[in-house]
Amino acid sequence: MLAQNVAFYILAVAMAGAAIGVVRSRNVVHAALYLVVVLAGAAAQYILVAAEFVAWVQVLIYIGAIVILFLFGIMLTRAPMRSQGSLDNGQWIASAVVSLFVFGVFTALLVDAYGGKEIKLKNSLVVIGNSNTVGSSIFRDYLVPFEVVSMLLLAALVGAVVIARRD
Amino acid sequence: MGLNQFLILSAFLFCTGIYGVLARKNAVLVLMSIELMLNAVNINLVAFSAYRSNVSGQVFALFVITIAAAEVGVGLAIVLLIYRNVHTSDLDEVDQLKG
Repeated sequence: MLAQNVAFYILAVAMAGAAIGVVRSRNVVHAALYLVVVLAGAAAQYILVAAEFVAWVQVLIYIGAIVILFLFGIMLTRAPMRSQGSLDNGQWIASAVVSLFVFGVFTALLVDAYGGKEIKLKNSLVVIGNSNTVGSSIFRDYLVPFEVVSMLLLAALVGAVVIARRD
Repeated sequence: MGLNQFLILSAFLFCTGIYGVLARKNAVLVLMSIELMLNAVNINLVAFSAYRSNVSGQVFALFVITIAAAEVGVGLAIVLLIYRNVHTSDLDEVDQLKG
Protein backbone atom coordinates (compact mmCIF):
# COMPACT_ATOMS: atom_id res chain seq x y z
CA MET A 1 0.00 0.00 0.00
CA LEU A 2 2.90 2.32 0.72
CA ALA A 3 4.36 1.87 -2.76
CA GLN A 4 1.08 2.91 -4.37
CA ASN A 5 0.87 5.98 -2.18
CA VAL A 6 4.41 7.03 -3.07
CA ALA A 7 3.66 6.52 -6.75
CA PHE A 8 0.45 8.50 -6.40
CA TYR A 9 2.17 11.48 -4.83
CA ILE A 10 5.01 11.54 -7.36
CA LEU A 11 2.47 11.44 -10.20
CA ALA A 12 0.25 14.01 -8.50
CA VAL A 13 3.09 16.50 -8.11
CA ALA A 14 4.11 16.02 -11.74
CA MET A 15 0.52 16.44 -12.92
CA ALA A 16 -0.07 19.54 -10.83
CA GLY A 17 3.11 21.18 -12.08
CA ALA A 18 2.31 20.31 -15.67
CA ALA A 19 -1.27 21.59 -15.31
CA ILE A 20 0.07 24.92 -14.08
CA GLY A 21 2.43 24.81 -17.06
CA VAL A 22 -0.56 24.39 -19.40
CA VAL A 23 -2.26 27.52 -18.12
CA ARG A 24 0.83 29.65 -17.49
CA SER A 25 3.20 28.77 -20.33
CA ARG A 26 4.24 31.60 -22.64
CA ASN A 27 4.54 29.25 -25.61
CA VAL A 28 1.58 27.45 -27.16
CA VAL A 29 3.53 24.35 -28.18
CA HIS A 30 4.98 24.05 -24.69
CA ALA A 31 1.44 24.21 -23.30
CA ALA A 32 0.43 21.30 -25.56
CA LEU A 33 3.44 19.28 -24.39
CA TYR A 34 2.61 20.00 -20.74
CA LEU A 35 -0.89 18.77 -21.52
CA VAL A 36 0.65 15.47 -22.68
CA VAL A 37 2.31 15.13 -19.25
CA VAL A 38 -1.02 15.70 -17.48
CA LEU A 39 -2.82 13.15 -19.68
CA ALA A 40 -0.09 10.53 -19.26
CA GLY A 41 -0.14 11.11 -15.50
CA ALA A 42 -3.90 10.56 -15.47
CA ALA A 43 -3.41 7.29 -17.37
CA ALA A 44 -0.86 6.22 -14.75
CA GLN A 45 -3.32 7.08 -11.99
CA TYR A 46 -5.90 4.83 -13.67
CA ILE A 47 -3.35 2.00 -13.63
CA LEU A 48 -2.91 2.61 -9.88
CA VAL A 49 -6.59 1.89 -9.27
CA ALA A 50 -6.48 -1.06 -11.70
CA ALA A 51 -8.58 0.58 -14.42
CA GLU A 52 -6.30 -0.69 -17.15
CA PHE A 53 -8.72 -0.51 -20.08
CA VAL A 54 -9.57 3.14 -19.42
CA ALA A 55 -5.86 3.87 -19.04
CA TRP A 56 -5.03 2.51 -22.47
CA VAL A 57 -7.99 4.25 -24.06
CA GLN A 58 -6.72 7.44 -22.43
CA VAL A 59 -3.27 6.95 -23.95
CA LEU A 60 -4.62 6.08 -27.40
CA ILE A 61 -7.32 8.71 -27.76
CA TYR A 62 -6.16 11.61 -25.62
CA ILE A 63 -2.42 11.50 -26.20
CA GLY A 64 -2.61 9.91 -29.63
CA ALA A 65 -5.46 11.82 -31.22
CA ILE A 66 -6.53 14.89 -29.28
CA VAL A 67 -3.05 16.32 -28.73
CA ILE A 68 -2.33 15.84 -32.44
CA LEU A 69 -5.53 17.78 -33.18
CA PHE A 70 -4.29 20.55 -30.90
CA LEU A 71 -0.94 20.66 -32.65
CA PHE A 72 -2.74 20.93 -36.00
CA GLY A 73 -4.87 23.73 -34.56
CA ILE A 74 -1.76 25.55 -33.38
CA MET A 75 -0.13 25.22 -36.78
CA LEU A 76 -3.19 26.24 -38.77
CA THR A 77 -4.03 29.31 -36.69
CA ARG A 78 -0.47 30.57 -36.65
CA ALA A 79 -0.53 30.95 -32.89
CA PRO A 80 2.43 32.88 -31.48
CA MET A 81 5.19 30.29 -31.07
CA ARG A 82 7.74 32.54 -29.43
CA SER A 83 7.02 34.57 -26.35
CA GLN A 84 6.11 37.66 -28.29
CA GLY A 85 3.19 39.38 -26.64
CA SER A 86 1.19 37.88 -23.82
CA LEU A 87 -1.13 34.93 -24.21
CA ASP A 88 -3.14 36.02 -21.19
CA ASN A 89 -5.81 38.65 -21.07
CA GLY A 90 -5.88 41.21 -18.31
CA GLN A 91 -8.04 39.34 -15.84
CA TRP A 92 -5.60 36.80 -14.43
CA ILE A 93 -5.95 38.10 -10.87
CA ALA A 94 -9.72 37.68 -10.89
CA SER A 95 -9.32 34.26 -12.51
CA ALA A 96 -6.84 33.19 -9.84
CA VAL A 97 -9.19 34.37 -7.09
CA VAL A 98 -12.13 32.50 -8.61
CA SER A 99 -10.21 29.26 -9.14
CA LEU A 100 -8.66 29.36 -5.65
CA PHE A 101 -12.10 29.96 -4.16
CA VAL A 102 -13.60 27.02 -6.07
CA PHE A 103 -10.65 24.83 -5.03
CA GLY A 104 -11.15 25.77 -1.40
CA VAL A 105 -14.86 25.00 -1.53
CA PHE A 106 -14.22 21.65 -3.24
CA THR A 107 -11.51 20.68 -0.77
CA ALA A 108 -13.63 21.53 2.25
CA LEU A 109 -16.61 19.63 0.87
CA LEU A 110 -14.57 16.58 -0.15
CA VAL A 111 -12.72 16.33 3.16
CA ASP A 112 -16.02 16.68 4.96
CA ALA A 113 -17.81 14.07 2.83
CA TYR A 114 -15.12 11.48 2.02
CA GLY A 115 -12.37 12.01 4.59
CA GLY A 116 -10.89 8.71 5.72
CA LYS A 117 -12.60 6.56 3.07
CA GLU A 118 -10.15 4.02 1.64
CA ILE A 119 -9.93 2.46 -1.81
CA LYS A 120 -9.15 -1.17 -1.05
CA LEU A 121 -7.13 -2.81 -3.79
CA LYS A 122 -8.68 -6.24 -3.92
CA ASN A 123 -8.56 -8.85 -6.65
CA SER A 124 -12.09 -7.92 -7.67
CA LEU A 125 -10.88 -4.45 -8.68
CA VAL A 126 -8.48 -5.97 -11.19
CA VAL A 127 -11.34 -7.98 -12.63
CA ILE A 128 -13.51 -4.86 -12.82
CA GLY A 129 -10.89 -2.88 -14.68
CA ASN A 130 -10.21 -5.35 -17.46
CA SER A 131 -11.55 -5.03 -20.96
CA ASN A 132 -13.82 -8.07 -20.62
CA THR A 133 -15.86 -6.54 -17.80
CA VAL A 134 -15.89 -3.04 -19.28
CA GLY A 135 -16.93 -4.37 -22.69
CA SER A 136 -19.74 -6.50 -21.39
CA SER A 137 -20.98 -3.59 -19.29
CA ILE A 138 -20.98 -1.27 -22.31
CA PHE A 139 -22.74 -3.72 -24.59
CA ARG A 140 -25.22 -5.01 -22.03
CA ASP A 141 -26.10 -2.19 -19.63
CA TYR A 142 -25.13 0.86 -21.66
CA LEU A 143 -25.94 -0.19 -25.20
CA VAL A 144 -28.33 2.68 -25.95
CA PRO A 145 -25.94 5.40 -24.66
CA PHE A 146 -23.18 3.74 -26.70
CA GLU A 147 -25.26 4.03 -29.88
CA VAL A 148 -26.16 7.62 -29.04
CA VAL A 149 -22.47 8.42 -28.58
CA SER A 150 -21.63 6.86 -31.93
CA MET A 151 -24.29 9.00 -33.61
CA LEU A 152 -22.87 12.02 -31.81
CA LEU A 153 -19.37 11.25 -33.09
CA LEU A 154 -20.72 10.96 -36.62
CA ALA A 155 -22.58 14.26 -36.27
CA ALA A 156 -19.46 15.94 -34.88
CA LEU A 157 -17.37 14.60 -37.77
CA VAL A 158 -19.81 15.85 -40.41
CA GLY A 159 -20.28 19.12 -38.55
CA ALA A 160 -16.54 19.75 -38.32
CA VAL A 161 -16.14 19.13 -42.05
CA VAL A 162 -19.05 21.44 -42.88
CA ILE A 163 -17.83 24.19 -40.57
CA ALA A 164 -14.17 24.16 -41.60
CA ARG A 165 -14.67 23.62 -45.33
CA ARG A 166 -13.66 26.43 -47.65
CA ASP A 167 -16.62 27.16 -49.89
CA MET B 1 -5.02 4.55 -0.80
CA GLY B 2 -7.43 7.16 0.38
CA LEU B 3 -10.30 8.15 -1.86
CA ASN B 4 -9.77 11.77 -0.97
CA GLN B 5 -6.33 12.08 -2.50
CA PHE B 6 -7.74 11.30 -5.94
CA LEU B 7 -10.66 13.67 -5.44
CA ILE B 8 -8.46 16.55 -4.31
CA LEU B 9 -6.03 16.03 -7.20
CA SER B 10 -9.01 16.11 -9.51
CA ALA B 11 -10.34 19.27 -7.87
CA PHE B 12 -6.94 20.90 -8.36
CA LEU B 13 -6.89 20.00 -12.05
CA PHE B 14 -10.45 21.27 -12.45
CA CYS B 15 -9.63 24.62 -10.84
CA THR B 16 -6.50 24.95 -12.99
CA GLY B 17 -8.78 24.45 -15.97
CA ILE B 18 -11.13 27.16 -14.69
CA TYR B 19 -8.17 29.52 -14.39
CA GLY B 20 -7.06 28.71 -17.92
CA VAL B 21 -10.51 29.24 -19.40
CA LEU B 22 -10.87 32.60 -17.68
CA ALA B 23 -7.36 33.98 -18.11
CA ARG B 24 -6.19 32.76 -21.52
CA LYS B 25 -6.60 34.80 -24.68
CA ASN B 26 -5.79 32.23 -27.35
CA ALA B 27 -8.70 30.01 -28.39
CA VAL B 28 -6.59 26.84 -28.67
CA LEU B 29 -5.31 27.35 -25.13
CA VAL B 30 -8.89 27.74 -23.86
CA LEU B 31 -9.75 24.41 -25.50
CA MET B 32 -6.74 22.82 -23.76
CA SER B 33 -7.99 24.14 -20.41
CA ILE B 34 -11.39 22.57 -21.09
CA GLU B 35 -9.56 19.28 -21.70
CA LEU B 36 -7.94 19.65 -18.27
CA MET B 37 -11.39 20.00 -16.69
CA LEU B 38 -12.73 16.93 -18.53
CA ASN B 39 -9.71 14.96 -17.35
CA ALA B 40 -10.41 15.96 -13.78
CA VAL B 41 -13.92 14.57 -14.17
CA ASN B 42 -12.49 11.32 -15.56
CA ILE B 43 -10.18 10.90 -12.57
CA ASN B 44 -13.18 11.38 -10.28
CA LEU B 45 -15.23 8.80 -12.17
CA VAL B 46 -12.48 6.18 -12.14
CA ALA B 47 -11.69 6.77 -8.45
CA PHE B 48 -15.33 6.34 -7.47
CA SER B 49 -15.54 3.27 -9.70
CA ALA B 50 -12.66 1.71 -7.76
CA TYR B 51 -14.09 2.81 -4.43
CA ARG B 52 -17.49 1.27 -5.08
CA SER B 53 -16.08 -1.75 -6.97
CA ASN B 54 -18.46 -0.99 -9.82
CA VAL B 55 -17.60 -0.76 -13.48
CA SER B 56 -20.13 1.94 -14.38
CA GLY B 57 -17.76 4.78 -13.53
CA GLN B 58 -15.20 3.48 -15.98
CA VAL B 59 -17.83 3.18 -18.72
CA PHE B 60 -18.83 6.77 -18.12
CA ALA B 61 -15.18 7.80 -18.26
CA LEU B 62 -15.00 6.20 -21.71
CA PHE B 63 -18.08 8.19 -22.75
CA VAL B 64 -16.47 11.38 -21.48
CA ILE B 65 -13.33 10.66 -23.52
CA THR B 66 -15.50 10.23 -26.63
CA ILE B 67 -17.37 13.48 -25.99
CA ALA B 68 -14.05 15.23 -25.46
CA ALA B 69 -12.81 14.03 -28.84
CA ALA B 70 -15.99 15.27 -30.54
CA GLU B 71 -15.76 18.59 -28.71
CA VAL B 72 -12.16 19.17 -29.77
CA GLY B 73 -13.01 18.37 -33.38
CA VAL B 74 -15.91 20.80 -33.59
CA GLY B 75 -14.14 23.41 -31.43
CA LEU B 76 -11.03 23.44 -33.60
CA ALA B 77 -13.18 23.67 -36.72
CA ILE B 78 -14.88 26.75 -35.28
CA VAL B 79 -11.51 28.24 -34.31
CA LEU B 80 -10.20 27.66 -37.84
CA LEU B 81 -13.29 29.29 -39.34
CA ILE B 82 -12.90 32.31 -37.07
CA TYR B 83 -9.20 32.51 -37.93
CA ARG B 84 -9.97 32.42 -41.63
CA ASN B 85 -12.57 35.19 -41.35
CA VAL B 86 -11.05 37.50 -38.72
CA HIS B 87 -7.33 36.56 -39.07
CA THR B 88 -6.86 36.17 -35.35
CA SER B 89 -7.35 33.49 -32.74
CA ASP B 90 -7.47 35.94 -29.84
CA LEU B 91 -10.83 35.65 -28.14
CA ASP B 92 -10.66 39.28 -27.00
CA GLU B 93 -10.81 40.51 -30.58
CA VAL B 94 -13.69 38.29 -31.64
CA ASP B 95 -16.56 40.56 -30.67
CA GLN B 96 -18.70 40.69 -33.78
CA LEU B 97 -21.70 39.41 -31.84
CA LYS B 98 -21.41 42.20 -29.29
CA GLY B 99 -24.33 44.58 -29.77
